[in-house]
Amino acid sequence: MSDELDLLYTDVEESVRDSVRALLAKRCTPDRVTAVYDGDRTGLDELWRALSTDLGLAGLLVPEDLGGAGASAREVSVVLEELGRFAAPVPFLTSAVVATTALLEAGAADRLGELAAGERTAALAVPLSTVPGRAVPAVTVHDGVLRGTVTAVAGALEADLLLVPVQGDGGLELHEVPADAARITPVTSLDMTRQIADVELAGAASRPVADAGAAERAIGRALETGAALLASEQLGVAQWCLDSTVEYLKIRRQFGRIVGGFQALKHRLADLYVAVESARAAARYAAAAVAADDPDRSVAASVAQAYCADAAVLAAEECVQLHGGVGMTWEHPAHLYLKRAKADQLAFGTPGAHRARLAGLVDLPAA
Amino acid sequence: MAQDLITGLTERVDRLLADHDPATTDRLEFLRARFDAGLAWVHFPEGLGGLGLPRDLQIHVDALLARAGAPDNDPRRNAIGLGMAAPTILAYGTEEQKKRFLRPLWTGEEIWCQLFSEPGAGSDLAALATRAERDGDHWRVNGQKVWTSGAHKARWAILVARSDPGAPKHRGMTYFVCDMTDPGVEVRPLRQITGEAEFNEVFLTDVRIPDDHRLGAEGEGWRVATATLMNERVAIGGGDPRRESGMIGAVARTWRERPELRTPELHDRLLRLWVESEVARLSGRRLRQKLAVGEPGPEGSAAKLTFARLAQQLSGLELELLAEDGLRYSDWTMRRPEIVEFTGRDAGYRYLRAKGNSIEGGTSEILRNIVAERVLGLPPEPRTDKDAPWKDLPR
Ligand SMILES: Cc1cc2nc3c(=O)[nH]c(=O)nc-3n(C[C@H](O)[C@H](O)[C@H](O)COP(=O)(O)OP(=O)(O)OC[C@H]3O[C@@H](n4cnc5c(N)ncnc54)[C@H](O)[C@@H]3O)c2cc1C
Repeated sequence: MSDELDLLYTDVEESVRDSVRALLAKRCTPDRVTAVYDGDRTGLDELWRALSTDLGLAGLLVPEDLGGAGASAREVSVVLEELGRFAAPVPFLTSAVVATTALLEAGAADRLGELAAGERTAALAVPLSTVPGRAVPAVTVHDGVLRGTVTAVAGALEADLLLVPVQGDGGLELHEVPADAARITPVTSLDMTRQIADVELAGAASRPVADAGAAERAIGRALETGAALLASEQLGVAQWCLDSTVEYLKIRRQFGRIVGGFQALKHRLADLYVAVESARAAARYAAAAVAADDPDRSVAASVAQAYCADAAVLAAEECVQLHGGVGMTWEHPAHLYLKRAKADQLAFGTPGAHRARLAGLVDLPAA
Repeated sequence: MAQDLITGLTERVDRLLADHDPATTDRLEFLRARFDAGLAWVHFPEGLGGLGLPRDLQIHVDALLARAGAPDNDPRRNAIGLGMAAPTILAYGTEEQKKRFLRPLWTGEEIWCQLFSEPGAGSDLAALATRAERDGDHWRVNGQKVWTSGAHKARWAILVARSDPGAPKHRGMTYFVCDMTDPGVEVRPLRQITGEAEFNEVFLTDVRIPDDHRLGAEGEGWRVATATLMNERVAIGGGDPRRESGMIGAVARTWRERPELRTPELHDRLLRLWVESEVARLSGRRLRQKLAVGEPGPEGSAAKLTFARLAQQLSGLELELLAEDGLRYSDWTMRRPEIVEFTGRDAGYRYLRAKGNSIEGGTSEILRNIVAERVLGLPPEPRTDKDAPWKDLPR
């Protein structure tokens, strides 16, 4: 436990938030986001370029001497809060967080400059549902080419570069493959704002970026960082759901009254507020622990996932319910958050998987 | 007694099957013959598809006919007709109305929808603003309805409209059967979170309704609508009489088919929900047995509350169980479906569609109010909108 970690937001973090929010408010409108469910992705490359390159968000985690901004997981988590608030369909988490962390941890410095500049986008080729620390599916390597399939990979559709776990002779390795050397099949996803794809490698030439030993650790750290910081995205989702529900119930009238004035609903919203603020504490701690590479970071990541995943789902479910019929419509954005929250709950391990992981970490064995 | 009834029913079913061999009889002809034999809904009166018997005996008839390979009326195609319109027509319709509407309703020849909710009148249905004005032996109806499930395939609608704006809100409404082919009826699809458009907006412009399509007395619309809603809650929440039907069945199937997904944590949650589903099934049985005589009261609201909660918890659990496969979805294409599916398609669809279960047919919040006030007798919220003329209420 690390009691000296700052769980509030710094001025720098708030200014990162402001600039991200201003951009998203203009360019990531609910209509724009909803259109991805009908396969319309126009403008999304430009949106990602504006975030990654113009605002420089792709390089937040990359040290300055490697071409990045030399920021930390704390700033990244604030960006994720905003991306969650807008259900933004961009590969920030998959490329600028997970793939970037894998390369950093693998010591593969040469690729990071391009990623940090937003010139290239990468994805770690593992199923989005992979639990940190559990075995990852690996493809095979023979005569220098890769064969195998990895299903449900997030960020693969947007990626130029795939980081692929490979079963080598001496153990797990991590290889780099250009995305166009793989067959990437889009999957109709519950959350089309983070659409998954099946990745098939049928003899693709690759370049190793981490060999046995280093790869296992790099992948584990990347997934754990993903889980830890996904909590901030979940917080952003939950916050939007709370805000929009409160706003709606302050104007909707039934029975000659403002519906939000019924005590049953006031209590529901008060409980939801408590859940969202609790999620904030968990998410902030996870971000701070990753930023400081604190010894408690694994516990912090699992606490954050176990708590924030359910909090986001609760907030999105309450949002739909408390909007009544309107909440069930395609036209109202509530469904974008419901789908994001539910898919996020399955991403990088369900709350149940993280509780099981915690059982070992905090010495509360099952039997 | 019960055994005599069952023997009698069995003989009746045998006679129907002997006179109309399902293997050689046209489907519709068989269904009409079944209706005329009183085996459609045995708790309805003789001559109207029933035999005046306890509701629970229908299970026996359905099982015998299914075993003989007889066609059924595909109740999912006409859920609103069967669950809501029919009991309302039975309770408030004239003899001519019952004769005219019930048979083609039951056979599925005529599909029904429910024109109740409006943009400004959802939970507070009695605030509705669609106007019905008397015009000789007709009524002229103008207004907008919303969330109308299945309006795009309906022949008839049950409709509540305001006939006397000068009366207090609950007293100035009248209930009608509305012809959906009237040129003044415009149906526009409303897409929902599952991708498809099961419900619609319906615009009513100078729709003409003959006075003999009025159900119940003028100004009595609230009472008739309440009967419909009570039946709706039983129809949605009363449940299937079989063990592991509905949402628990879907999750149990996934659990049995996919041993590699199992964890102790999910197992415990599944079994808790299995027990709750079984208890809900038994409660539904008690409800049907109590309903053997008479009409549903506010107790049906309790069943619907449980149904909605379980559907949501189970479908949410199924996605956590599926984990990677839970990230997939079948199809977002905009369509206008033929039937309302609660437990079909894929797990993602079930999860999303179940969200509607606690909104449609009265939200879970409103149902809690009904249980608290009408069953437990707790005092209602103070209200200012009950006695003033509807036209003077703020909107
Ligand atoms: C899938 C679906 C199908 C439907 N099909 C039909 C149909 O075929 N025909 C038809 O007529 N209607 C239909 N409806 C409409 C449904 O009956 C209404 O949506 C419902 O009654 C709620 O009304 P509303 O949407 O206006 O929400 P509102 O009444 O505005 O409610 C908003 C929120 O406030 C809560 N609330 C309201 N009043 C109170 C209170 N006093 N105390 C505590 N909480 C309160 C509600 O529970 C809800 O959560 C359908 C709805 C859905 C979702």
